[in-house]
Amino acid sequence: MTILTASNIGISFGGIKAVDDVSFSVDAGRILSIIGPNGAGKTTLFNVVSGLYVADRGHVELMGEDVTGCAPEALAALGLSRTFQNLQIFQRMTAAENVMVGRHLRERCHLLSDLFRLPSVTRQNRATREAALALLDEVGLRRRADQLAGSLPYGACKRIEIARALAAEPRVLLLDEPAAGCNSVETEEIDHLVRRVANKGIAVVLVEHDMKLVMKVSDRVLVLERGRPLTEGTPREVRDNPAVLEAYLGKHGARGAARA
Amino acid sequence: MPAWLGHRSLTLIVLAAIVVLLPLGFPSSYYFRVASLVWVSAFAAVGLNILMGQAGQVSLGHAGFFGIGAYAVAIGPAHVGLPSWGALLIGAVISAALAWLVGRPILRLKGHYLAIATLGLGVLVALVITTESRWTGGPDGMSVAKLSLLGWRATGSSTWYWITGGVLVAGTWIALNLGETPTGRAFRALHDSEVAARVAGVDVARFKLQAFVIAAVYASLAGSMLAMMNGFVNPDQAGFLHSVELVTMVVLGGLGSVVGSIVGAAMLITLPQVLTVFQEYEHLLLGLIIIVSMIFMRDGIVPTVSRWLAGRVRT
Ligand SMILES: Nc1ncnc2c1ncn2[C@@H]1O[C@H](COP(=O)(O)OP(=O)(O)OP(=O)(O)O)[C@@H](O)[C@H]1O
Ligand SMILES: [Mg+2]
Repeated sequence: MTILTASNIGISFGGIKAVDDVSFSVDAGRILSIIGPNGAGKTTLFNVVSGLYVADRGHVELMGEDVTGCAPEALAALGLSRTFQNLQIFQRMTAAENVMVGRHLRERCHLLSDLFRLPSVTRQNRATREAALALLDEVGLRRRADQLAGSLPYGACKRIEIARALAAEPRVLLLDEPAAGCNSVETEEIDHLVRRVANKGIAVVLVEHDMKLVMKVSDRVLVLERGRPLTEGTPREVRDNPAVLEAYLGKHGARGAARA
Repeated sequence: MPAWLGHRSLTLIVLAAIVVLLPLGFPSSYYFRVASLVWVSAFAAVGLNILMGQAGQVSLGHAGFFGIGAYAVAIGPAHVGLPSWGALLIGAVISAALAWLVGRPILRLKGHYLAIATLGLGVLVALVITTESRWTGGPDGMSVAKLSLLGWRATGSSTWYWITGGVLVAGTWIALNLGETPTGRAFRALHDSEVAARVAGVDVARFKLQAFVIAAVYASLAGSMLAMMNGFVNPDQAGFLHSVELVTMVVLGGLGSVVGSIVGAAMLITLPQVLTVFQEYEHLLLGLIIIVSMIFMRDGIVPTVSRWLAGRVRT
C-alpha cells in the first residue's frame, strides 16, 4: 500500500530553485533512500513533505489524502514522523522525556486533569514512560533514560530523535542523515534499526550520505542533483549509473573512478 | 523513600513546614506582614514561571493581570455590590479572557518582539486604570473592602499570613503537578525546539496560550489577595516596574524552578526591608546584589545551588 506520495514538488528561495519538480512515493514496509551531493535539496524536500515549508508547486498525499500545505502537527496526527539533520532535541528534558513527547498524540492531554494531576494522569504517565523506555532500549539508550538530553553525545541524541519519532507509532518515518557522526558499529546498529522499522510495516524515507548503508538497506534509491531528480531505481541500478558517479565526483572524478 | 514521597511531595512538605513554623520566630506583626507579601509575590512568580520557565515565553506586562485582580476586588464591592470573593473570581475570569484574546495574536511573536508586545499590554492596562478615575480613583488609588465569608471578616496580618501561605502552597502544588504531565512536557518541549515539538504533534500555539492564561490567572489572584490584604490599591501594582519585579523574581530564583520563584520573591521582598539600614544606599545595594547573583548564578539561585549541592554529595 502506498503511504506517502510527493508529486512535482518545487520550492525556491530568492530565485534559487532548491527543489525542482521532484516526485517520489513509498509503500508500507519499504525503504526509499534519497541521496545526492551537499545542497541537492534533500533536507528541503523533507521540510516540504513534513509541513515546515510550503511548496511553490506540487502535491503531497498521505494515506491517499491530499495534505499539501498541512501544518506539521496535523501531519503528525495523520502518521508522519521525522528526525532532523541538525539536532532538534529537547535539551533540558531527559532522554526518556524526549521520547515521551513523541507520544504526545497518543496521550490524553487535558489541562484541568493535568493541573490537579488526577490519578488517570499518573496512570497514563507511567504507561507513557514504559513505552518510552522500551523504545530507548531499542535504540540502545535505556541506561541513559534519566540523563538530560543536552548532556548526551551527538550520536546518542541522533538515536533519541529516532526513538522519539517512533514513539508516535507513525505510518511513515523520514530520517535525515541518521548515521551522521556515528562510528561503524553505531552505523551497523542504525542499519538494523531501519530494517526493523520497515519490517513493522512502516514506510521509511532515508536521507543518508553513507553509501554502504544506503545500498544495503534501500528498496529504491532516488538521486537528486541541484534540486532536480537525476535518476531513480534499485540500489544496483543507481550504483551502476555513470551519471550518479558524475554528480558526486564531477566529470573528471567520474572518469577517474571508472578507470580505477 | 516510598514512591509517593518523590521530589514533588518533598518540596511541598518542606514549603508547608516553613509556612507553619516560620511564625514561631516572629517578634511582631510587622513580620507577619512582610512574610505575607512574600507569599503573595511568590504566588504570582510561581505562575509567571510556568509561562517563562516552562514554556519559555516572556511577559513584560504581567503586572497588568495583577492589577486587574487587584482592582476587581476594589471595584466589585464598591461599585457593583459584589462580594469580595465573587469579585476575585470575576477578576480571574477577566484576566484569563484578556490573556486568551491578546495571547492569540502576540504569542506568535518571539523573543524581543514578544517582550515588547506584552509590555504594551501591561502599559495599556495601567493606563486604563489611571484614566478611568470615576471607577478606579485614578492615580490616587482606592480603598478595598475587607474580605468576608459567611459573616467572618479577614483582618489582621496574621490572618492574611495564613491565607496567603495556604494559597501559595496550593499554587505550588499545581505548578509542581504540571511539570510532569503531557501539558507540562509540551510546554518544555516547545521551549527547547518549536520545530521538533510541532513535528511530534504538539499544537504549539495552543500550549503557549494555555501557559499565558495560567500565568495570568495566578497574577490576577495574587493581585486580589494583595488588595484585600492592604485594604487599598493604586495603579503602581499594574505598572511596568512591578512587571519587571515579577520577571526579576523568576529569573533570579531560576527559570523553570518552582522553588526558585519562591526564593526569588523572598529575596526581592525582604532584601529592601533588610537594606533600609543602609539608607540612601539601599537601591544601589539591591541592584548590586541582583547583578552579582546573575553573574555568578546565571541559571538562577536554586538551580545553581542544587547543582553545587549535588556535586558535593557525589564527591
Ligand atoms: N530556508 C532556506 N532559505 C534559503 N535557502 C535555503 C533554505 N533552505 C534550504 N536552502 C537552500 O536550498 C538548497 C538545498 O539545501 P538542502 O539543505 O535541502 O540540501 P541537502 O541536500 O539537505 O544538503 P546536505 O547533504 O548538505 O544536507 C541549498 O542551496 C540551501 O542553501
Ligand atoms: Mg540536508
